[in-house]
Amino acid sequence: MSDASATAASVSDGAPAPMRTRLDRLLEAVLPPLVALLVSIVAGDLLILAVGQSPGAVYRLMLEGTWGNAYGFGQVLYKTTTLVCTGLAVAVGLRAGLFNIGAEGQLAAGGLGAALAGLALPASTSGLVAVPLCTIAAMCAGGAVGFVPGVLRAKWGAHEVITTIMLNFIVLALLSWMLSTGLRVPETLHTQAVHAGALPRLSAWWSGFHGSAANGSIAIVLFAALLADVYLFRTRGGFELRAVGLQPDASENAGIDVGRTWIRALTISGALAGLGGINFVLGYEHYYEEGFATGAGFLGIAVALVGRSNPFGVVLAALFFATLSQGGLAINALVPKQMVDALQGVVILAMAASVPEVRRLLASTRRSVR
Amino acid sequence: MTHPASGAPAVRMTHIAKRFGDCQALRDASLEVMPGEIHALVGENGAGKSTMMRILAGIHAPDAGTVEVFGRDVTGWTAAQAIDASVGMVHQHFMLVPTLTIAENVILGREPVRGLAIDMARAQREVEEAAARSGFRMNVHRYVRELSVGEQQRVEILKTLVRGARVLVLDEPTAVLSPPEVEELWRVLRALRDDGGTIILITHKLDEVTEISETITVMRAGRTVARFPTAGTSPAAIARAMVGRDVVLAGDVPHDHARSAVAAPVAAPALEVRNLVVAGERRARAVDDVTFAVAPGEILGIAGVEGNGQSALIEAIVGLRRAQSGEIRIAGTDVTSMSLREREARGLAHIPEDRQRRGLVLDFSVADNLILGRQRAYEHGGVLDRVRILADARAAIALADIRPPDPTLPVRALSGGNQQKIVIARALAREIVVLIAAQPTRGVDVGAIELIHARLRAARDAGTGILLVSAELSEILALSDRVAVMYGGRIVAIVPRAEASEASLGPLMTGATGS
Amino acid sequence: MSMLLAFLAQTLRIAVPYLFAAAGGVLAERSGIISLTLEGFMLGGAFSAMLGSYYSGSPWIGAICGIAGGLALGMLHAVATIRYKADQVVSGIAINLLAVGLTRYFLKLVFDSSSNSPRVPGFSAATSSTALVSGLVHNPLIPLGLLIVPAVAWLLYRTPFGLRVRAVGEHPEAAVTLGISVRRVRYAAVALSGALAALGGAYLSLDQHQFTDGMSAGRGFIALAAIIFGRWDPMRAGLACLFFAAAETLQIQLQGMQAIPSQFVQMIPYVLTIIALVGVVGRAIPPAALGRE
Repeated sequence: MSDASATAASVSDGAPAPMRTRLDRLLEAVLPPLVALLVSIVAGDLLILAVGQSPGAVYRLMLEGTWGNAYGFGQVLYKTTTLVCTGLAVAVGLRAGLFNIGAEGQLAAGGLGAALAGLALPASTSGLVAVPLCTIAAMCAGGAVGFVPGVLRAKWGAHEVITTIMLNFIVLALLSWMLSTGLRVPETLHTQAVHAGALPRLSAWWSGFHGSAANGSIAIVLFAALLADVYLFRTRGGFELRAVGLQPDASENAGIDVGRTWIRALTISGALAGLGGINFVLGYEHYYEEGFATGAGFLGIAVALVGRSNPFGVVLAALFFATLSQGGLAINALVPKQMVDALQGVVILAMAASVPEVRRLLASTRRSVR
Repeated sequence: MTHPASGAPAVRMTHIAKRFGDCQALRDASLEVMPGEIHALVGENGAGKSTMMRILAGIHAPDAGTVEVFGRDVTGWTAAQAIDASVGMVHQHFMLVPTLTIAENVILGREPVRGLAIDMARAQREVEEAAARSGFRMNVHRYVRELSVGEQQRVEILKTLVRGARVLVLDEPTAVLSPPEVEELWRVLRALRDDGGTIILITHKLDEVTEISETITVMRAGRTVARFPTAGTSPAAIARAMVGRDVVLAGDVPHDHARSAVAAPVAAPALEVRNLVVAGERRARAVDDVTFAVAPGEILGIAGVEGNGQSALIEAIVGLRRAQSGEIRIAGTDVTSMSLREREARGLAHIPEDRQRRGLVLDFSVADNLILGRQRAYEHGGVLDRVRILADARAAIALADIRPPDPTLPVRALSGGNQQKIVIARALAREIVVLIAAQPTRGVDVGAIELIHARLRAARDAGTGILLVSAELSEILALSDRVAVMYGGRIVAIVPRAEASEASLGPLMTGATGS
Repeated sequence: MSMLLAFLAQTLRIAVPYLFAAAGGVLAERSGIISLTLEGFMLGGAFSAMLGSYYSGSPWIGAICGIAGGLALGMLHAVATIRYKADQVVSGIAINLLAVGLTRYFLKLVFDSSSNSPRVPGFSAATSSTALVSGLVHNPLIPLGLLIVPAVAWLLYRTPFGLRVRAVGEHPEAAVTLGISVRRVRYAAVALSGALAALGGAYLSLDQHQFTDGMSAGRGFIALAAIIFGRWDPMRAGLACLFFAAAETLQIQLQGMQAIPSQFVQMIPYVLTIIALVGVVGRAIPPAALGRE
């Protein structure tokens, strides 16, 4: 493929105007999620019609139950918080060229970390001290879990797709064991109540949110998203991380320690996922419960993909998937809420299929226009 | 296959056009090959020769034009049909599955069966017979990954013979062969031609063309520009057709002989390599006890056929691979146990031979690529100083004449020549002692080649020591002050430029010592 | 002696879904397509088999429906990854989620239950563990499960199709130049992996005479672990499946004794896989073209 590939990646001098390339990059970023949205609407229509309902009515009910009332919106915000964390985790990993499939285990570990820190502190500890401490504990726990596949890849070349999946099961089993041997309240699957570090519900500020689980952790998490954006695109560390993700050989040749960058990326990734633990543990139930993280890892992958591994996009995508999830509950009277589970798979598949296809179509239209 | 009346071409391709993505590989290319001849298809890198032959072999379909084989219109046929019609192709990069045996590789796609299973005994017989007909023997149960390069090429030829190829296409077959293996290949090709086969040879090596072929077709930038019999032409005429203007061939370069006097170094050598040994995959030692020095302000060119240890040598010097034993010194400092980054800190710069993989992050902007490796210098408390990065980038773009001159453009959008200019600009952007330049003008258009050569000469004149490794002997002879020859992992000679020529170096490159 | 027999019988019963999924997964992976989908195929097959058995009254029809369900999901994965060049890992995760979602949806829709289907005709003679040996005799999927691994090994190493699968998974360009359709080979391998993994799922639902939400319970990933631990060789993967199943059986039978907490036994396949990847006992090297185009 030498002749063609040597020349295929370059164009003659006097290349087309840069403007077109930027437009292309924008389209490549935005079109696939739109295509995925379209495909999922069509799939949703099919599933709704199968029950004999009208898609219009169902979607309207979904919107009313989520953004249409304060309680629903509060629930959306609650779910968004967790998904932003796992989404950021996967996104940071992807930017470094790594696939973190173990966000669920990292999230669960983060939750237990926050709970243990909270239990270790006296109940009267000021929130200003306890919340940061518990948050750091959550991120350390998640980061530790992310660290392992990073090292396995850097030192032994073990592919992180497999090791993060395997570690996911291992960590969840480990946490289950830890819980069952003394940490839990008997006859339950959760720890004792954690008083220190409790975060207030959003309903404390606005009574409209009354009853919903939305809490102060969303502020911390959104701030983390901002920090992630700054890190990736404005710092040297983020520069190296992205360089390694895009072209590890050139980065190595330029003196960047690729292995260490991988370890750093997966540790940060795990820490971001672990951060999500404070949403449930500090802000909602105020204890660690087995299974609170179920599904958040895979959804985090969906969020990162639809959000194009961009922190801002991740927040938007998290809102979308949270809306979908909460909306499922709202429409349960008309359509089985399980429809939402199916749609999640449809969205991810549509995203995965449309990214390369959009790129190909854009390239061919660009050529025929020239 | 019955041959039509003599006088009809074995292969005729007319007005072929082909595009890949953004690249127009072929514009208006033609080829006419008579039966029973050895036909050379020549052109520079990127002229479209490989693409043309792949269309003939059915791997790609042309966007326009017609392909006729033995009078039959076969335009747009598939690889399977081409193979059935006796057109076989031996690719430049071998198409062999390393984890399968020779026999399995040869029968792949046309496996003899007994019932539902492969009839391995019959397969073995077929392959051994085909080998014998071409004058060699092989143990067909060996795994391909264990074979030498020459042996692998023979397996590739076997694949085509076993399928009854009458038209054999070889794409740069000698690129990885040592001279004795090349002679062996010529013998096989002549035997096949005498047996009635038609052979098309893709090459850019002019000496091969005159040695083996009967007719030459020249391609340039996706077009066919000339076709003439080999007898009665000269390398100069061929080169002129390939490039489109008078080309100064290596032997004609009026060299500044004053420079080539090897003066005793005043200061410590820019680079010193002593008794370097690097372990290899196939050979026991990829680099076998190599010693040389590069003085500040000189270009030492290492000539040699690819695959004689040059890549391992460069990787060891740069720090991408660990040496087994020996010493490497930069400006007198022993860097043998230092990391790549530490060596760069001591004045080492590297132009890698595969710029798209090792030299550039294609999706980063020009500015980002210019600071790649030096990003710490632009950092304040972790954050990068974007203003200064862009300003420095604009300056570098102006200095190196990089087009288009937009520092925010992704490097992917630039031509090969401009991409290479970025790599070189980055290497020369800081104070360096020694520059390792590996294949610095590979895949670069002719205009940019001269600019790049000028930059290298300027760096040398400014006092940098340059180690130049190139598979193009003409480039070595054009730039170097001293020339070394590498063969079989060893440096077999180092001579001043005045004593170097294609004639004197050729035997050294084949391993002939002395005489 | 009867204890040993009971142990073997239970090991086999546990191993069957792993064997089916691993056999299919080896084919797909050797052809170069990553198979995180085994879990989804298995779940889809379990549901389809239950549905088929419910409507037809025959577990045989159910098994065939199970295969059909697996083929459908397999083709979805194949089209997404081969025709549309979707990332194979992402597609795998999507298929798994899709299987969970669709099975849940139709479970609710058809049977109005969030957790399980009604009882359907199945294969084993009885559901109690005392009838283990007779279960072996009455359930044709068990001997089939044992045979499938050597069958796939023969397919891979002795037939033209298997040779092409191995070539396509290591060096697809070489296969293209020889006129082999890489796409077609991969479509076939993925379809087979769908059918076989689904058969493993069909075994689950037909053996238990019902479908429960999420009943594959991670078995598809254990099968993947067996493939990797077995270095992408069918027979070795099969042995790994038996090994993992034996560990599970041991843990169940020792449950009363509390020798090792169940969670640690659960971890065994996953820890072993990581060890295999790290190369403590010889490195597990995947097919060269795995995951690439």
